[in-house]
Amino acid sequence: MAGEIWAIGEIADGQPTRLARELATLAAGLAAESGRTARAVLVGPDASTAAESLAANGPDVLAVDADPGDRPVAAVIAEQVAALARDRQPSFLFVGASNDGRDVAGMLQALLDWGALVNAAGVRWQDEAPQAEMSVFGGRLVTLSHLAADHGIVIVRPSSVTAEEAARPGKVAAIAPAAVDPLPAVRIVERIAEASAAVSIEEAPVIVAGGRGVGGPEGFAVVQELAEVLGGVVGATRAVVDAGWIGYAHQIGQTGKTVKPALYVAAGISGAIQHKVGMQTSGTIIAINRDPDAPIGEFADLMVIGDLFEILPRVSAGVRARRGG
Amino acid sequence: MRIVVLLKAVPVVGNEKLVDGWRVDRSAGLEANGNDEYVLEAGLKLVEQHGGELVTLTMGPTPAMEAIRKALAMGAARAVHVQDPVLAGSDTLATGLVLAAALRKMEYDLVLAGADTSDGQGGIVGAAVATRLGLPYLSYAAHIEPDPSAETIRVRRISAAGYDVIEAPMPAFVAGTQLLGEPRYPSLRGIMQARSKEIATWTLADVGVEASSVGSSAALTEVDSATPPPPRAGATIVREAPEIAAERIVEFLASRRLV
Ligand SMILES: Cc1cc2nc3c(=O)[nH]c(=O)nc-3n(C[C@H](O)[C@H](O)[C@H](O)COP(=O)(O)OP(=O)(O)OC[C@H]3O[C@@H](n4cnc5c(N)ncnc54)[C@H](O)[C@@H]3O)c2cc1C
Ligand SMILES: Nc1ncnc2c1ncn2[C@@H]1O[C@H](COP(=O)(O)O)[C@@H](O)[C@H]1O
Repeated sequence: MAGEIWAIGEIADGQPTRLARELATLAAGLAAESGRTARAVLVGPDASTAAESLAANGPDVLAVDADPGDRPVAAVIAEQVAALARDRQPSFLFVGASNDGRDVAGMLQALLDWGALVNAAGVRWQDEAPQAEMSVFGGRLVTLSHLAADHGIVIVRPSSVTAEEAARPGKVAAIAPAAVDPLPAVRIVERIAEASAAVSIEEAPVIVAGGRGVGGPEGFAVVQELAEVLGGVVGATRAVVDAGWIGYAHQIGQTGKTVKPALYVAAGISGAIQHKVGMQTSGTIIAINRDPDAPIGEFADLMVIGDLFEILPRVSAGVRARRGG
Repeated sequence: MRIVVLLKAVPVVGNEKLVDGWRVDRSAGLEANGNDEYVLEAGLKLVEQHGGELVTLTMGPTPAMEAIRKALAMGAARAVHVQDPVLAGSDTLATGLVLAAALRKMEYDLVLAGADTSDGQGGIVGAAVATRLGLPYLSYAAHIEPDPSAETIRVRRISAAGYDVIEAPMPAFVAGTQLLGEPRYPSLRGIMQARSKEIATWTLADVGVEASSVGSSAALTEVDSATPPPPRAGATIVREAPEIAAERIVEFLASRRLV
């Protein structure tokens, strides 16, 4: 029988993450198309409760109530999923391209000796296998790739799929953690919360990003204002993160985050290739720049030449007026 | 402290030359992967503070040499270059196998890698190598602090909420990010000294991996097609006074149902 399709989810604050729901939706869709069985796997202290919620997205859910204690959760997920995979022989494991997800995928690759399709921006079913769409070489090409084996790992970027509730929810099975040879111990000594880190720019439908053109940390006020008016979050270039004007969690690009919002407003951003690779697949791109020759004009939909400090507040006011009036 | 830095040579983002439609030309113009330079810088600082030696480990074709030379000029003591024609087209699985096999022949307290590469974009090779070697794996490092007397390493790991301080005994494996700090420029003296530094070239047989498990024929991922993304229509340009420009933006947003 053709092997199962598994979605390996993550849990945050007792609930499946949005990415977990996207993976579950994806697995359910591919399973329906291929006549296979989809299954989601959740590992963690709240797995059973989170599983009830994740089942709404369609697949049956295996909940492994393994308590990581003071260990980083990725190692615990990888140990448990590897044990389950050896036992039940699924064909394909879908893992999210979050920090923890990529750690899980790398560990699983070594534990199972499986191939991996990385950084998928979309997945479809083709010739009895998942086929992943990836943006490569600075966005110059879009490749479609498949796994050259009847099993493997697919790492899926956030927002590649829209999470949907299924007509019929899946069933939850809570299972005891498998006895495993634990991966080498790493201990969490302290967890530090930072207000500036808690932005999920990868999930935001609207991003208003500021670059060196904002002139300093205070300059972000006009960027923040427009982001709030549009129901979005603030993004940034590396130049302003390096300058300490805003936290790294906001950085978009090659060594920051890759985002795909419906709307991306780039204020005072030149559009360097390392920034472009992180945002070029956004739905609509609007640039505001004093320099008519800034490279961002080459891939924006609307290029507004002017001073961001004169323009952004007026846009915020204009949007508010439109809503109010 | 003995440190090994995993350094990949990658095509310059945006300047990739393509051959056969989608394969990237790696015969020239490679540079060190951005994230690998950040961990190299962090490693050099650790050696400056705590003594020891930093060695780079690269798997890649001959033109990777340029990136290796730069690392030596920045301060690495020597380099290991795993190079074999059969490695061409290796996937992440084979890369992890080969790097782990090479590391088994080296001595270290700490292995450093980048969080991900600009060409592969996987961000999984580090976790795979650490797992194969049975090393504690500390990832997404924004700061690295060893306690050489206790033989432990502490890392500030970026989390969704801020960061976690995590700790493990050495030898350990750390994958790091840009927050480790800007890499230094090689000094003239560094460049001169690099010329006499050792670059050991190891073949696949030297590291003890079977040819049948590497290269494009063993790769478990295959490209079906490669096409340029649908072109954007080209920007509508607005050059009016701020009041009008702002109005134009609002109208544009409305026309696309974004407000
Ligand atoms: C290995 C590596 C990795 C990198 N990773 C990233 C990454 O992840 N993300 C990233 O963003 N960059 C990254 N970079 C850096 C990248 O190359 C650029 O340096 C950076 O994106 C530039 O940021 P910027 O657009 O804010 O600044 P600049 O290039 O200085 O552009 C500022 C722009 O603001 C405009 N401007 C100034 N004042 C105003 C005003 N009042 N109103 C309107 N416009 C104004 C100017 O005309 C200019 O176009 C990386 C570089 C390297 C080498
Ligand atoms: N061919 C290679 N040679 C040396 N190091 C590598 C190689 N490939 C990957 N790495 C290391 O593994 C990290 C993650 O790579 P990746 O999983 O390909 O994104 C890189 O930042 C490097 O430190």
